[in-house]
Order: sequence, then C-alpha cells, then structure tokens
Amino acid sequence: MSRKGSSKVNTRKVEEQFFKTLMIIATLIIISTLGVILLTVIMKGLPALSLSMITQTPKGGYYLGKEGGILNAIIGSLYLAGGATVLAILISLPIVMYFNIYAPKKSLFVSACRFSLDVLWGVPSIVFGAFGFTIMLFFGLRASLLGGIIAVALLVLPVMSRAMDEVVKMIPRDLLEASFSLGATRLQTAAKVVVRQALPGILTAVLVAFGRGIGDAASVIFTAGFTDSIPTSILRPAATLPLAIFFQLGTPFPEVQDRAYASALVLTAVILIISILSRVLAKSFTKHVVK
Amino acid sequence: MENHTHIRVRELSVYYGREQALKNISVDIPEKRITAIIGPSGCGKTTLLKSFNRLIDSIDGVRVSGEISMNGDNIFNPKIDVTLLRKKMGLLSQRPHPLPMSIYDNVAYGPRIHGIRKKRKLDQIVEHYLKESSLWEEVRDRLHTPASGLSVGQQQRLCLARGLAVEPEIILGDEPTSALDPTASQRIEEKFLQLKARYTIVVVTHILRQAVRLADYVVFLYLGELIEHGPAEEVFKSPKKELTQGYIKGVIV
Repeated sequence: MSRKGSSKVNTRKVEEQFFKTLMIIATLIIISTLGVILLTVIMKGLPALSLSMITQTPKGGYYLGKEGGILNAIIGSLYLAGGATVLAILISLPIVMYFNIYAPKKSLFVSACRFSLDVLWGVPSIVFGAFGFTIMLFFGLRASLLGGIIAVALLVLPVMSRAMDEVVKMIPRDLLEASFSLGATRLQTAAKVVVRQALPGILTAVLVAFGRGIGDAASVIFTAGFTDSIPTSILRPAATLPLAIFFQLGTPFPEVQDRAYASALVLTAVILIISILSRVLAKSFTKHVVK
Repeated sequence: MENHTHIRVRELSVYYGREQALKNISVDIPEKRITAIIGPSGCGKTTLLKSFNRLIDSIDGVRVSGEISMNGDNIFNPKIDVTLLRKKMGLLSQRPHPLPMSIYDNVAYGPRIHGIRKKRKLDQIVEHYLKESSLWEEVRDRLHTPASGLSVGQQQRLCLARGLAVEPEIILGDEPTSALDPTASQRIEEKFLQLKARYTIVVVTHILRQAVRLADYVVFLYLGELIEHGPAEEVFKSPKKELTQGYIKGVIV
C-alpha cells in the first residue's frame, strides 16, 4: 500500500520535473535568441560605428562607402515614430475609455470593435503602407513625413489600443463606483482615476507601439519615402532607420553592409534608451497605483 | 420624538434582465438615524442601497419601476442631475477602494470635482474631514504618500473622510466592515454612532449583532421582498413575521 503510494508520487514528481525542464528550455531559447541578435548587431555594427555616422547626413557616395552618416534616418525615425505614437495615443485613449467606461458591458458594438482591432493587429504592415499610399494618391499627396506618420499610426493603433484595453478592463468596477459615488462624471473618472490606475499598462502599450512603429520598414516605404536630408517640414519626405538599413544592406559593398549593422545598432539603442527613460520618468507617476 | 422621512421608497421594483431583484418595496428611511438593511445574501440589500444613489444605472439590462424620493424629489426623474444626487450621499463599499492618488488627493478629489480649487480651502477640508474620520493623527505627516500604503482599516476611514468631504446628507454603507478586523470595525461603528447626529445613515449588513448595536430602524429583506421594517427595538424584540423571527434566531441563512 505504502509502496504503491510512493511510486505514484514518484511518477508525478518526474512528470513535474519533465515539464519544468521544458519550460526552462523554452525560456532559454527566447533569451538566447535575444542575446544572439544583440551580439550579432553589436559585433558587426560596433566596428563600423563612428561618431560621423550619427552626426552627419549622407554625403554624395555614402552608399558607395564614402563619407557621411545616417543622421537623416535617426531624426526621421524619431519624428515619424514619435508623431505616429502621439497620434495613436490620441485615438487609442478615447477608444479604450469608450469600451470600458461609456459603453454597456455586453455591447455587441464593442465586441465587434475589439474583434476588428484584433484582425487589424494581424494585418501585415506592407498592407498599411499600400493602403496609405492609395489614399495619398487619391488626395494627390506626395510621400511625406505626414503620410508616414498616418500610416504608422494606423499600423500601431490596434496593438496600442488592445494592450491598453486589457489593462483598463482589469480595473475593479468598485474603484469606478467609488469615483461615481462622489459625484464624478464618467469623463472625470476616466481622466483622473482610470488613466492613473492603468498608467503602467498604458505606458507598456505605448512603448510596444513605439517599438513596432520605429522598427517598421514596409509601412513607410511608399508613404514617407526616403531622403538624404533631415526633414524640415511635415510635408517633405523623411528617411527612416529601417529603410536606411535595408538600402545599405542591399549594396554590394561590404563596408556599406557593415554600416547597415551599425545602423541596426543605433536603432536598437534608440529603442532601448527611450524605453528606459520613459520607465524611469513614469516611476514617479505610478507610485499611487492601487495594487 | 417625531422622525422625519429622508428617503421615501414607493413600490420600487428592480429587474436585472428577467430576474427581479427587488419586488415592490415601500419603506421610509428616517432622517438622522441609522437604518440597517438586513437579510441573507442575495436578498437585494445592496441593490436597494445602490438604487438610492443610482449606481445601479450602470448595470446592464437593469430596469426600475416605482419611485424613490429624497426631500420630496423623485430621484428617477430624468431631469435630475445624477452627479448632484450622488454628491448628497457618501458611499462606503465592502472593501475600501482608495483612488490611485495620495491621501490628501483622495479627500480633495470630491471637492475638486465640485469646483473647489483654492489650496488653502482644500487644506482646511482635508484636515477637517480626516479629523472627522479620526485618521488625521495617523496620517498628518504623510498626507502626500500613496493612499494604498495605509492599512485596510485606515483605508476605510479614508474612504469615509473622502465621502464626507463632498458634504453629503446621507451616508450609505454596503457592509462597510466586512473586510476589516474587529478593532477597525469597531472604530467604524463608533464613527457611525457619532455621525448620526448630523447625517442619515443607511447600512447594509449581514452581521446581525452589528445591526443590533447600530440600528435605530431596521429593514428586513428576503429574496427581494420587504418582509418587515420598523424601529430596531420592535423588530429585534418582537418580530411580527415568521421569516424575521427565523432570521433573527439564525434559522434562515
């Protein structure tokens, strides 16, 4: 009896150990993938990286291996991803507040909207680019920073709004009622309570969207175009880092290809710096979150 | 001593979809007294309480018939401003829900919403109501720290201060001590007994002894129906209905 019991415990232990090992392996795969990517970019990119690369725009013959840098693409990407993120926040917040605070709980309309956003999330970015391009042709616009901002904003909108939606959904009903019962309107509750309570999650959503936006090449190739100069107007074309990487990697010259890796390193660093900065900044705003 | 009616409920029925949560309730809630709504779980106590400040509005598929009037005004009148109605009632919920901001801002939240902007005035309000809910001494040195850092008992007193700061006439308590330890519960009960001199208090409770300790007036609900109501002494000492007798003896749970 006792032997039987102990052997049963033993198989369960082995089972437990087996799946735990699988989980650890899966985790290691993810971490090592990240590690290998970072290592490749750093090892290939760092030697080719120079101060002039991040402080100068491409001079004539840059893509043939001559003088210059990718400042045009760095600035262009920051403008573009920054603008698109701000635009997407301005659209996402009202969507999320409507879903969770204004609309009835079991609203069919809201379910349909959530579903559409999930579908849009899966739409490849080249489709957003092509769609944006068609719209621009219709209005007779040229490739421009504005066009790129709009295309990228549409691209990141589903990610951002659904990620925010999931956090805001988690806010306890009672917390909203506490605010309502003090005579607050829904708008006051949304602006003063919900945004604060969900701020860490909202920030994550914004960062994920920013990362996706700044790293995307396909949506901007037609809409923002490419130029060797820093954009001076929202109606002028703008260069972007992913496209700069793409063009450099596409040349037959090894030294230019190495610069592509250096550019990738710059792109990664930009995302990293912005993520860390915003987390540090947000820390002081999120201390009041009720756990 | 004559009691004035503060909240008059007439033939109130509340439906959630097809389910009827309250059936034809008529009762008068006396002014500046503590009224306890008692009854087993799911009998509609909270629904009745949340009807008073129309928090039930936000529940899906809710339908209401009948009338509730406060000071003679029907609160279901579509012309009424719900935010002003709610301002007249402070709500204490089962678990304290501090807003995600500092202790100070929690108390100042209501007054700010209702248009008070001056720093000095807000300082006065915050101090006054924190004293009123006996929290001031414990938090005076950390007014600008997160409210979530307080103990649950302190949080509930903070919620009381927050509710009082909008200068309500009525305090609604939805099992306000159910998440608290005995000492913290006792402090809330003591507060209620002091506050009834100036406020009408309606408390939902499933703790019979609490109702005995607090209530001047008792409303007993069972499965959405009003079984018995009356002055606490009468209801507890000589209940007229069999169901009430059973509940008080602990037969019905």
